[in-house]
Amino acid sequence: MADMLKERPVYRNIHVSQIVGYRLPPAGIVSILHRVSGAVMFLLLPFVIWLFDNSLTSEISFDRFASVFSSGAGFLPGWFVKLVCLGLIWAYLHHFIAGVRHLWMDMTHSVTKEQGHRSAVITLALSALLTVALGAKLFGLF
Amino acid sequence: MSTNFGSKRIVVGAHYGSRDWLSQRVTAVLMALFTLVLLVQVLMPGAMGYYKWAGIFSAQWMKVLTFVVIVALALHAWVGVRDIWMDYVKPVGLRLALQVFSIVWLLGCAGWAVQVIWRL
Repeated sequence: MADMLKERPVYRNIHVSQIVGYRLPPAGIVSILHRVSGAVMFLLLPFVIWLFDNSLTSEISFDRFASVFSSGAGFLPGWFVKLVCLGLIWAYLHHFIAGVRHLWMDMTHSVTKEQGHRSAVITLALSALLTVALGAKLFGLF
Repeated sequence: MSTNFGSKRIVVGAHYGSRDWLSQRVTAVLMALFTLVLLVQVLMPGAMGYYKWAGIFSAQWMKVLTFVVIVALALHAWVGVRDIWMDYVKPVGLRLALQVFSIVWLLGCAGWAVQVIWRL
């Protein structure tokens, strides 16, 4: 009996090297992306406030804010700034929708396996779709 | 709140993080509502440019609302980022350093953002 217990593999925590081998259900993907998107926005907060500052302070700074997207900032080209903004747009949308999903689950206790699966797929699809739409606008496709 | 000191002090139990849990949700609702309020104003008729954009944030009620949302964002992010450190960073010294960094980072950003709205 004691020997049998010893042979059981114990996964107290997933090691970094095991992440790729794990197949997460949609709800799990939404969950980890909720965390990733939150961390991204936390780290890029000074960049967002810098944009906010330049867009509001004066007409001159507003032009600087606008030119960052075309001619870049410092050694970073404009397309890279747009790409970072696209990342932020996705992060905001995913965090927002996944957050609303959380609140909805908290309020209605809709936490069956099927409901969780469906709402997770909707969250992923909606955030991806809106990101593509806003990304097309950002890169001037329409 | 019931007595939480001396022999009545609660050191374990299911309600340990409920205050953080609730504050994260309340601040989330505030930010979501702010998003809608801002979105409605951005989509109002009129070409987007400096005057429309600065006009939105020059109203005093919008400044007060933005200020509240900045504070809410800092609190919300603090709860979330602290969760990340508690989940992945086990060495106590490193975790404390990262938590201190998070507080400094968020307070600095909040101060800057508040300055932007009330300089306008």
